[in-house]
Amino acid sequence: MSKLEHHGTYTPTTGVGKWIDARMPLPRLMYDSFVAYPVPRNLNYAYTFGGILSIFLVIQILTGVVLAMHYVPDATKAFDSVEHIMRDVNSGWLMRYMHQNGAHFFFLAVYLHIFRGLYYGSYKAPRELLWILGCIIYLLMMATAFMGYVLPWGQMSFWGATVITGFFTAFPVIGVPIQELLLGGFAVGDPTLNRFFSLHYLLPFMIAGVVILHVWALHVTGQTNPTGIEVKSKTDTVPFTPYATIKDAFALIVFLAVYAYFVFYMPNFLGHADNYIPADPMVTPAHIVPEWYFLPFYAILRAITFDIGPITAKLGGVIAMFSAVLVLFIVPWLDTSKVRSAVYRPWFKLFFWLFVINSVFLGWLGSQPAEGVYVALAQLSTAIYFGFFLIVMPVLGLVEKPRRLPNSITEAVLERSAKTDGASPPLGDPIAVADKS
Amino acid sequence: MKNLVVKLGAAAIAATVMVTGAWAASAYPKNKPREQDWSFAGPFGMYDPAQLQRGLKVYAENCSACHALSRVSFRNLADLGYSDDQIKAFAANYEVEDGPDDFGDMFFRPATAADAFPSPFPNQEAARAANGGAYPPDLSLMAKARAPIRGFPAFVLDPFRNYAENGPDYIYSLLTGYKDDVPEDVSVPEGLWYNPYFASGTALAMAPPLFDDMHEFDDGTEATVSNMAKDVAAFLMWTAEPHMDDRKQLGFRVLVFLLIFAALLYLSKKQVWSRVEH
Repeated sequence: MSKLEHHGTYTPTTGVGKWIDARMPLPRLMYDSFVAYPVPRNLNYAYTFGGILSIFLVIQILTGVVLAMHYVPDATKAFDSVEHIMRDVNSGWLMRYMHQNGAHFFFLAVYLHIFRGLYYGSYKAPRELLWILGCIIYLLMMATAFMGYVLPWGQMSFWGATVITGFFTAFPVIGVPIQELLLGGFAVGDPTLNRFFSLHYLLPFMIAGVVILHVWALHVTGQTNPTGIEVKSKTDTVPFTPYATIKDAFALIVFLAVYAYFVFYMPNFLGHADNYIPADPMVTPAHIVPEWYFLPFYAILRAITFDIGPITAKLGGVIAMFSAVLVLFIVPWLDTSKVRSAVYRPWFKLFFWLFVINSVFLGWLGSQPAEGVYVALAQLSTAIYFGFFLIVMPVLGLVEKPRRLPNSITEAVLERSAKTDGASPPLGDPIAVADKS
Repeated sequence: MKNLVVKLGAAAIAATVMVTGAWAASAYPKNKPREQDWSFAGPFGMYDPAQLQRGLKVYAENCSACHALSRVSFRNLADLGYSDDQIKAFAANYEVEDGPDDFGDMFFRPATAADAFPSPFPNQEAARAANGGAYPPDLSLMAKARAPIRGFPAFVLDPFRNYAENGPDYIYSLLTGYKDDVPEDVSVPEGLWYNPYFASGTALAMAPPLFDDMHEFDDGTEATVSNMAKDVAAFLMWTAEPHMDDRKQLGFRVLVFLLIFAALLYLSKKQVWSRVEH
């Protein structure tokens, strides 16, 4: 737990500032959270994705609100209204491409954010709730993205919705009622489109709510850092502003530049061409695939081709797919290691990178047909996926001999810079330095 | 009813698995599209209005006999460099249905700039009936709605070489890809035409639509099949993505801004962090 509980250093100077502070100290909260808030001094760029994600949530909501002004959630008009946005609405093409590619980059950032959390053990006590809140955000993002993908009412929208809602029928007794509830009928149609539009508009605000809880939990426990050692003294930290602010801003702009390249120069690269064909319930596309960010789970779904006792292959696949997401929720209790960061866990580090490669491989398998050697590979890859969480995490923590940990963040930083510079640089009190400037 | 829904759901999943399975077994198109040089390729690529005008001519005099272009309005042709008067005159060649009039009757009138290109058939059934059961699709979005699988490593390399012309390459390859000599392992059903570039089979219902010298272009461009195919493919890229020029021009400004901003932030970050070992 952060030993450095920061006492409010905010002192309003203006009359208005004092008046507000005495009644509802929101400026104080903001100041303490985003200016004076101490962050470990050794955070690397892997720690910038949280900020990037919050900006992407804002981009998605802003562009989405504008799109909703022109979009028509009606099965006969939805596709045309999207084309109307693309052709006739002023800057409509920009809003639409920003929104569409924004979803892809939102997921890219969230995956990097999750992998960073796994690598540095960010989920360990006392940050279990912080991690679980993150998992909830991820789940909400998946639901939002899926429903958003249905809205343009292209071929892939329609058939993707048909396939995904079809998963629920695998569950005995409750499956079909759930599917009918989702669809608002017996097949994907106008009621489906309308409820998906409504929910697609609602869920981002729920995400925003959980993000607030996520940031709250983060600011209670403080951030982890690459060493995984808790903050022990003032020299271990720097104030959020200017240190983290400027670093986050730089990473954000670089990330936005890559995003902008896709928005302006390759806006359809990450999408599927079939979604420029209006939905046709009578014509099945040759190849129904989800967006890339769902492909690993799609591969896991299709890897289960055998019955397990009373569980049919279909139900088994659906259970495996949902479990692949839900297993993230119990990661804090699966990992038995006392050492937090992979930096000091040579074996965990190896298995982590194997897990990353395996996840990408699963994604590739998800884009391939479920037949022949691909099925066997998907089964192996699925086993590795679950093996990492259910076997490697608990066992490794008990048998692995971690490397020697530094005594503090400051010591780790100075050890490293002594190694790279040869000479030991002066150790300044960064907060004091920041205050002076 | 419940039973039916269960079966439908099961069928949907089964169909998905089978369909995705069948995909590899039938990896169409047989031949990958041939990459062409496009004026609008690359980060600074822009449409060539003269080429789009020639493409419009090919569409209007050939394709439009069967294919609709319903998302394009005559007023959009201003992008091709036509004046308002030229557009009005061009639109007036087309008849569109309007109404009801004061007596409740529908009537035909010459099209205006505000009208969309009228479709050759009143509905899909009429289109099928006139085309031996095959439906000639609307071409408005064709250049974005067809993208043969790029495969590995091409799909990884594409962003680095800014390759986004898969659609027009496909259209060009299809229009110039008809072959008379059918390979032995391919059977072409009666009434279909062999084309190894077709996205969803080896043969399609559309007969080879272009022949040398079938048009005369005002600018003296030779009316070879290759030239016409290229012009109409470029035209269809414009119909699918009319704001591409704006998009790339704005993109350049946005990226220059972001890169300068990033450089300044990097220097600021270096300055700020130089106060502390990290």
